[in-house]
Amino acid sequence: MSQDKSFTLDGKTVPYQEGQTIIQAAMAAGHYIPHLCFNPEFKPHGSCKLCTVKANGRQTASCTQQAQPGMVVESDINELNDERRVLLQMLFVEGNHFCPSCEKSGNCQLQATAYELDMMSPHFDQFFPDRPVDASHAEYLLDFNRCILCSLCVRASRDVDGKNVFALSGRGIKSHLIVNAKSGHLADTDFSGSDKAAHVCPVGVILKKRVGFSVPIGQRTFDAQPISATPHPKVKGA
Amino acid sequence: MNAPAKPKLKVATTSLAGCFGCHMSFLDIDERILELMKLVEFDRSPITDIKHCGPCDIGIIEGGLCNAENVHVLREFRANCKILIAMGACAVNGGLPAQRNHLSLPLILEEVYHAQHGLVDGFIPNDPELPLPLDKVHPIHEVVKVDYFIPGCPPSGDAIWKVLTDLLAGREPELGHGLIHYD
Ligand code: SF4
Ligand code: SF4
Ligand code: FES
Repeated sequence: MSQDKSFTLDGKTVPYQEGQTIIQAAMAAGHYIPHLCFNPEFKPHGSCKLCTVKANGRQTASCTQQAQPGMVVESDINELNDERRVLLQMLFVEGNHFCPSCEKSGNCQLQATAYELDMMSPHFDQFFPDRPVDASHAEYLLDFNRCILCSLCVRASRDVDGKNVFALSGRGIKSHLIVNAKSGHLADTDFSGSDKAAHVCPVGVILKKRVGFSVPIGQRTFDAQPISATPHPKVKGA
Repeated sequence: MNAPAKPKLKVATTSLAGCFGCHMSFLDIDERILELMKLVEFDRSPITDIKHCGPCDIGIIEGGLCNAENVHVLREFRANCKILIAMGACAVNGGLPAQRNHLSLPLILEEVYHAQHGLVDGFIPNDPELPLPLDKVHPIHEVVKVDYFIPGCPPSGDAIWKVLTDLLAGREPELGHGLIHYD
């Protein structure tokens, strides 16, 4: 293989196309790099930092870093996995993640990534924030307790649906998801179940009503196999 | 001559702010409990009905902290156990009882004992024997050092078995896919 259009990921040669990021090329070649705010269908956001790798010895977000010829990329190493676990633990304690009663459990990327990285405890003190749910919409529920601020719903609503239903507001620890309506309620937007934004949340925030637990806990996507062995449907066979 | 029998390890277990579901799940190790009994003997636990934890090798805590008594029992376990294990969602992150944390305690007591429909002349129990509830429910690692965690609501009998047998064999416990669960 030509030196020009490939790099190595944990010692394995990965081909790439001009302009591809490290994670895009890695996923296309069937390799897993932990990630939360990246979704191959959307422009990268580069915010969660779960996808951080070492490229030629320097830490960088693999969802925003373009692949370069001959790059030496390290990902599945203790140093990075330890840091990723800490990021996950911070996400867990910042919100209210009570998995046993969450409709997303077993299909949740945050939970599955935490399993993948052997997160046995939240380690930090829980924030137990007060984040009321928005059940105003007839068909969809917003449970903000589980939002990890990945902005995928924001990107989907803006870039695909052309609606701008969601936005991130505030800074630092005060960042939170808002709904673009004077009342702040989903019912007062033009959000609909056929929107892309209704189907991109990697965790259990944007949930369809009245279908809860139709698939029992224990029989869901990541119960069957770990997230590292479950390629994104849009990437499979790419 | 036969080598002297290896002394059994002492194990204590308790349920704090939990539902005993983790202990029921512990019993799901089924007949493996006979194998376990060859290696360990129980100190305080629902099996023995011993009321206070003595010096132990392993302490297993189900449930988080919702009242003052939970904190005393937890501290007694930590003071007596070489290794302390948080078993189940409530011990690990507060779990179901912690779902009250966004409500004020007076409001909850008022609602449960007084205001709710059908409670005629209800009053908030105030017997001095009753442990005082904590303002918020906390996971146990926020109060004492915890050595190992078995997440799950409840963790499966297999997950509990894996951690215990790893520890008894002197290995670092590891769950891996299928055994690590938060639900
Ligand atoms: S969003 Fe994921 S991690 Fe959070 S409670 Fe639901 S299943 Fe658990
Ligand atoms: S609601 Fe879901 S998709 Fe939107 S920012 Fe929060 S976690 Fe991401
Ligand atoms: S996946 Fe790259 S920063 Fe979130």
